[in-house]
Amino acid sequence: MTDHTSVRAGSRRPQRYLPLQILLGFLVIYFLVPFWWVIVNSSKDAPGLFGGGNTLWFTDQIDYLGNLKQLFTYDGGIYLRWILNSTLYAIAGGIGATVLSVMAGYGFAKYRFAARRFSFAVVLGALMVPATALVIPTFIMFSRLGMTNTVWAVILPSLLNPFGVYLMHVYARDAVPDELLDAARVDGAGEVRTFIQIALPLMRPAVVTVLLLSAVASWNNYFLPLAMLSDNRLFPVTVGLGLWQGIASANNSGGTSLWSLIILGSLVSVIPLVIAFFSLQRHWRGGLSVGGLR
Amino acid sequence: MTLLTEKRARRPENETRKIRGKVHLREHLMGWLFVGPFAVVFLAFLIAPLAYALYLSLFQKKLIGGTSFVLFDNYVKAFTDPSFLSGAWFVIRFSLVSIPLQIVLALVMALILDSVTTLFARFSRLMIFLPYAIPTVIGAVMWGFLYSKGFGPLTDIFGLFGATAPDFLGSNLIFYGLLNVVTWQWAGYYMIILYAALQGVDPTLYEAARMDGAGRWQIATRIKIPLIAPALILILVFSLIGTLQFFNEPQILRYLAAGTIGSDFTPNMYAYQQAFSLANFNYGSAISFALGGIVFICVYAFLFFTRKRRSFL
Repeated sequence: MTDHTSVRAGSRRPQRYLPLQILLGFLVIYFLVPFWWVIVNSSKDAPGLFGGGNTLWFTDQIDYLGNLKQLFTYDGGIYLRWILNSTLYAIAGGIGATVLSVMAGYGFAKYRFAARRFSFAVVLGALMVPATALVIPTFIMFSRLGMTNTVWAVILPSLLNPFGVYLMHVYARDAVPDELLDAARVDGAGEVRTFIQIALPLMRPAVVTVLLLSAVASWNNYFLPLAMLSDNRLFPVTVGLGLWQGIASANNSGGTSLWSLIILGSLVSVIPLVIAFFSLQRHWRGGLSVGGLR
Repeated sequence: MTLLTEKRARRPENETRKIRGKVHLREHLMGWLFVGPFAVVFLAFLIAPLAYALYLSLFQKKLIGGTSFVLFDNYVKAFTDPSFLSGAWFVIRFSLVSIPLQIVLALVMALILDSVTTLFARFSRLMIFLPYAIPTVIGAVMWGFLYSKGFGPLTDIFGLFGATAPDFLGSNLIFYGLLNVVTWQWAGYYMIILYAALQGVDPTLYEAARMDGAGRWQIATRIKIPLIAPALILILVFSLIGTLQFFNEPQILRYLAAGTIGSDFTPNMYAYQQAFSLANFNYGSAISFALGGIVFICVYAFLFFTRKRRSFL
């Protein structure tokens, strides 16, 4: 995919189309407004926030450090715990789901085993099952096993990623030639070694894409942890901020200090993923087109 | 396994035919070895919950008489329950408006970004995609602030013209308030998928079309859009599945829009309320299962009607 881009950019001079660029400018403003609001307002103290000044510009007092200190010390530093929990859920869920998807996608693409077509059809059907429809029965199952309100209750269900399997299947089928695998076998490499040393490097763009998509899905998850967890020290940051927002809305006057924490908390919580996306964009862009192209 | 392979590899050509049966057995084993771990997770966290939800939904718990088997009574109750029906009607209406809006916007942005190749265009692409990296919960919190009378800029901006600010959290405009949040959140993601598909199109096609006298508009509508139809169908399916199970955004905005968004605003919120606030797991499961069934049927019907174009499934 990226090859075409470079060929095109090289063979033609840059296309400018000024009116389209102005349109793009407006779109960018629209997509950035919420970020701008959060960046501006997390610099304010409570009087600045409620004083009725311009809500899209800074006040004279810019106090990020003070607000950050408040955020990370409030309620015994619970916010940092939430961030760490989210990180744990995203990494464990993301890596686990990716490993399972890559193996299964490769297996479906490269081995003619019993019940393969049927199993794959079932996986495709599962793409259409809404994830949230599974939350309530999964919760009841876990509660029967006494496993609700543990990290496992959040991590284990997020290992399921049928779309990842589909994506890896398509990619492995097209990007890993059978002849290459046969050649490796003839040279005496075992199946597992062939997979790790020959197939895996060829599937790398799709692997990074699936990893990123599953990690984001775990990081963003709200319904599942909301249902599973009752101890707020296990909350991911999404459920935690939702909790704060509920408290702050419930008591309008007493919640004033909490509002500024929620604003800054939202800003801080998006930074890790934004960095991950920007630094990895070279890797995941090629993989994203796979699902839509074939 | 490794040993077996090595043996097979060293065997001369004419001998391989004799052991084809064995090779097949090994291929079955290897296939299931690779697929097995996923299959376990699939059975445990997809098949089992679905089966369990179906099972639970066939029972009712009464204060007197305990739990009893009622067959489809819960479903009869759901499909005559005004709360469930109004929620289902809301998500269907919302899908009919939000999905075309998001996809048209995503398509326009992808086409622009595919033709404009300046540095600013590349920067725009990232900025438009940025909301995808934001949890939907945080996105809803952020827009909730922008909508609110106390924190948001709307009062000031409309005040400049002497007008009263629209209340996107009020019952009249909440539909549009949510529409905006969802579009902001997902349009960039769909744009990236379409953009990636456009980048995969062979550029010599455009040259050929230009030779034949096609303009930019014709190239876009006659060549680019038909060629990325599979990607369009993919994101349509995604957005349909996502929108019908609407939960996070209304659940979060509920706190700010007290009185506007009730606990039965969408079917998923209603199921959540039944299961977790009222501990009515049987009815909650029935709603979940009914919702899952509706989504499955909608998507399946959609794929059936577009089957000529679909090549992704």
